[in-house]
Amino acid sequence: MTRFLATRVAQSVIVLALMSFAIYALIGLMPGDPIDLMISADPKMTPEDAARLRALYGVDKPVVERYANWLIAALGGDLGYSRLYAAPVLDVLLPALGNTLILLGLTLVLSLAIGLPAGVVAALRPYSRTDYAINLFAFAGISVPAFWLGLLLIIVFAVILGVLPAGGTETVGGAGFWDQAKYLVLPVANLTLASVGGHTRYMRAAMMETLRQDYIRTARAKGAGRARVVLGHALRNAMIPVVTIIALQFGYLFSGALITETIFAYPGMGKLIFDSIMGNDFNLALVALLFATLVTLVGNLLADVAYAWLDPRIAYR
Amino acid sequence: MSTATHSRGMFGLALRRFRRHRLALGSAAALAVLAVLAVAAPLVEAALGVDSGVVDLFNRFAPATAAHPLGTDELGRDVLVRLLYGGRVSLLVGLVTALAAAVIGTTVGLIAGFYGGRVDGLLMRFTDGVIALPLLPLLIVLAALDLEKVGLPAAFVQSENVSLYRIIAIVAVVGWTTVARLVRGAALTLREADFVLAAHAQGAGALRIMAVHILPNLISPIIVATTLSVGSVILLESVLSFLGLGIQPPIPSWGNLLTNAQELIWTAPALAFYPGILIFVTVIAFNFLGDGLQDALDPKAMEGR
Repeated sequence: MTRFLATRVAQSVIVLALMSFAIYALIGLMPGDPIDLMISADPKMTPEDAARLRALYGVDKPVVERYANWLIAALGGDLGYSRLYAAPVLDVLLPALGNTLILLGLTLVLSLAIGLPAGVVAALRPYSRTDYAINLFAFAGISVPAFWLGLLLIIVFAVILGVLPAGGTETVGGAGFWDQAKYLVLPVANLTLASVGGHTRYMRAAMMETLRQDYIRTARAKGAGRARVVLGHALRNAMIPVVTIIALQFGYLFSGALITETIFAYPGMGKLIFDSIMGNDFNLALVALLFATLVTLVGNLLADVAYAWLDPRIAYR
Repeated sequence: MSTATHSRGMFGLALRRFRRHRLALGSAAALAVLAVLAVAAPLVEAALGVDSGVVDLFNRFAPATAAHPLGTDELGRDVLVRLLYGGRVSLLVGLVTALAAAVIGTTVGLIAGFYGGRVDGLLMRFTDGVIALPLLPLLIVLAALDLEKVGLPAAFVQSENVSLYRIIAIVAVVGWTTVARLVRGAALTLREADFVLAAHAQGAGALRIMAVHILPNLISPIIVATTLSVGSVILLESVLSFLGLGIQPPIPSWGNLLTNAQELIWTAPALAFYPGILIFVTVIAFNFLGDGLQDALDPKAMEGR
C-alpha cells in the first residue's frame, strides 16, 4: 500500500510540475504583458523606456528562463503580488479557497443525500415507472446548462418572489450566521441540481450491476429478506465504484463552481480564476489555476486510494 | 464478433431494439426538427419579412406579434430568427467538435491498445494527465490566448469566423479522452483475437490491421460515446460563449444570446429563457439518443428487461 501510494503521489507531483510549466507558458501567450499594463497609464513612456523595463524585469527572456525564475521564487514561498487585489497572492487565494470548499462541501452532502437513495430505488425496479421518472430527472440534471439554471433560480427567487438575494455573501452591515446562510441557498441549490443527476445515474448503474451477481442470488436462495440483501449485501459492494467516481468528480465540481460563483458573484476560487484571467492578473491566475489542478489531482489520488482500500481484489501496484 | 457478412443482421437487430426505446426515438425526432429549422433559418426570416441583422432601437423588447412571434431583443432584433441562427452555430460546433474529438481519441486509443507496452503506458499516462486537468478554467485560458502570439497569421486571427474555429479546436483538444480510453481498452483485447493473429500471419501491416480488422469492431462504442459527447460539447460551447469567451457576436450562438441576459433579468426575463431551453432540449435529446444507442448496440445492456 505504501509503495502504491508513493508511486501515485510521485505521478501527481510530475503532472503538477508539467502543468505549472504549461500554464506558465499559456499565460505568456495571452494578450499583453506586465510591462504593457505598467505603461498603459503613462503617456510619457517611449518605446525605448518600455524595452528597458522589459529587460529590467526579465520579460524579454525566453519562457524557460522566466519559468525557472518563477519556480525558484515560488518554491521559496514568494508567489508574487496580485495586480487586481493589490495584495500578496496567497492572501487573496486562501479566503477564496475557503469559500469554495464551503460551497462544494454543502453541495456534495446534499447531492449525495438525494442522488444515492434515488439511484438505489431506481435500480431495484429497473424499467418501472419509478425508474423512468428518476431517470428523467437525472438526465435533466445532467443536461441542463448550469449557468442558465442559475439565471432561472435568480429570476424565480430573487426577481419574482424576492425571497432570496441574487448574489454576494452577506448583507452590507447585517452580518450574522443566518444572513450569510441565506446567500448560500441559491448557489448550493444551483450546483446540487447540476450534479445530483450524475450521482443518481452512477449509483443506479453500480447497483444494477451488483444485483446481477451470483452472491446476490445465493443470499436470496438462503432466505435473506429483500431489505437485508439490498442493504447488507448489494449496497456495500455497489458503493465501491460510486465512491471512486465521487472522488473523481470533485474536479468536475470544482469546474462547475466557476460557473455558479460567477453567476452568483460568490467570492470563491472559480470566480477568482475567471476574474484574474479576464483582468490580466497574471500572478494570481497562474497560482489559482495551479491550485485548481492540485485539488483535482488530490481528488483523483483519493479515488485511487479509496478504490484500492475498498476492493481487496485490486492489487497495489 | 461480427464480420462484414453478419453486420446487416447485427444492425437490423440494433435498429429493432432502438425502436423500442421511445425516449431515444422522440429525441431523434426532436433533433431532426431542430436541425431542419436551424438550416431553414433564412427561409423563416424571409417568411416573417424581418431582418435579424438590423438594429431597430425604436422597437426594443417588443411583445410577441405576427412579425415577431417571440418579440424582439434589447436591440430590436427578432428573437425567433436569432435563436434559429444561433442553433445553426451551436449544433454545428457540437457535431464538428464531437467528431474531431472522436477522431483524436480513436487514433490515440488505437495506437495505445494495438502496440501496448511502453507506447500504451506513455499515451495512457498522458491521457490521465489531461483528464486530471480542471477543464473549465483551462478552457478559459485557452480561449483567452492571443492567437498572433501563438503564431497564426494576422489575417486569420482578425477574420470573423475565428471564434468558431477556436472553440472547435480547444474543446476537441481536451475532449478526446473518453473515446481514447474506450478504444484503447477494446483494442487491447482485440489485438489478441484469432482473426487479428490470422491477419498478422498473412503479412498484414500494422496500419492495415488497425484500420481493417480492429476499427470496424469498435464502431458501436465510438458512435455511442460521440453521440453522448455532442451534448457536453454544446454545454461547454454555451457556457464559454455566455462568459464572452466562445463564439463572438455578431455571430449568434445559444450561449452568447444569453450573455446579456443577466443584466436584462429585471427588464426582460423572457430573453433569458428561450436560448437556455433550446440548449437544454438539445443536450438532453443527445443524451437520450446516446443512451438508446447504447442499449440498442450493446446486447449486454438489455439483460433484465
